[in-house]
Amino acid sequence: MTVSIIRFGGSNCDRDAERALAHLDIDAEIVWHEDGLPADTSGIVLPGGFSYGDYLRAGAMAARSPIMAEVREAAADGTPVLGVCNGAQVGCESGLTDGAFTTNESARFQCEHVYLRVERDDTLWTAAYDEGDVIEIPIAHGEGRYEISEDRLAELEDDDRVLFRYCDEDGKPSAEANPNGSKHNVAGILGDRETVAVLMPHPERATLPDVGPTDGQGVLRGFESA
Amino acid sequence: MTAYTATVTVRLKHGVLDPEAETTKQALERLGFELDSLRSADRFEIDLEADSSEAARERADEMAERLLANPTIHDYDVEVDER
Repeated sequence: MTVSIIRFGGSNCDRDAERALAHLDIDAEIVWHEDGLPADTSGIVLPGGFSYGDYLRAGAMAARSPIMAEVREAAADGTPVLGVCNGAQVGCESGLTDGAFTTNESARFQCEHVYLRVERDDTLWTAAYDEGDVIEIPIAHGEGRYEISEDRLAELEDDDRVLFRYCDEDGKPSAEANPNGSKHNVAGILGDRETVAVLMPHPERATLPDVGPTDGQGVLRGFESA
Repeated sequence: MTAYTATVTVRLKHGVLDPEAETTKQALERLGFELDSLRSADRFEIDLEADSSEAARERADEMAERLLANPTIHDYDVEVDER
C-alpha cells in the first residue's frame, strides 16, 4: 500500500512530499498523471507547484485532467486525499472541496512562515495536535486567498469543516495574521469526507529537521493509518 | 451548419475582491488619470459551427460552466454572432 503523489506538468513539490513522507517512514511514490492511479494506492497527495503554468486559474487545468476523476472516486470511497498549495487549488477546482483559492489580497506572491491554529484534533490530518494548538508552517503562493460566499462558509463552519486558520503567535486569527486576505482566515478545509483535506501552507516543507520547524509532520502523519 | 463566434466574458462576482484590478487602478492614478473604479474581465472568443445560434450559445454556456468560469467567484455572459 502506497501513497500516490500525483505529478502534473508543472508540479514542483512532489519530490519534497516524497522525501518528507519517507522521513516519516510512510511509503510513497510519485505518479505521472497520465499513467493513472495505481491499484495499490492507499492515499493521495496533490502536491504544490504551478501545474499547467497556472493557465486560466491556478489548478483549473489539472482539476480537469482524467486522473482527477479517479482521485474523486477514490476520495468518495474513503481514500485519504491531501491537497497542498497548488494541490489545494486543484482540490477546490475539481470539487473535492468547497470554495476557491484566488489572488492574494496583496496581489503579490508571498513566501513566508505563518502560524496556523488547529481548529480540530479529531481528523486524520490533525490527530497529532490538540485543538487550539499553534503550528508554524511556510506558505509560498500568489493565489491563496480563500474565497467563498458568506452563506456557504457559514454552512462549512457549522459543519466544523475548517481545519486550519491563519493566526498570530498566540493563536488569535487576527486580520494582521492573515497573509493573503482569506475569508475568516481559512488556511485549510475538509471535503465532504473528513479524509479529504486541502491547505495552502506546506506541511512537507516543515517536516525535515534540517530545513527548520517540523510542525508539519502531524499533517503528513495522516497517511500513517492509510 | 453555420459558423459562429461565441464571446464568453468571465468576471468576478460583485463583492469579490479583485487585487489585480485595484493595483491597475493605482497604476493609472500614478500616471495622472482620474477614475472612480476599475473592473477587469477575461474574454474568450470561440469560433464554432452549430445548427443555430441557440445551439452555439448552449455549447458556449457549457464551456463556461465546466471550465472557463469558476462559479464560486465568477459570473459570465455569452454573446453569439455569425462569422
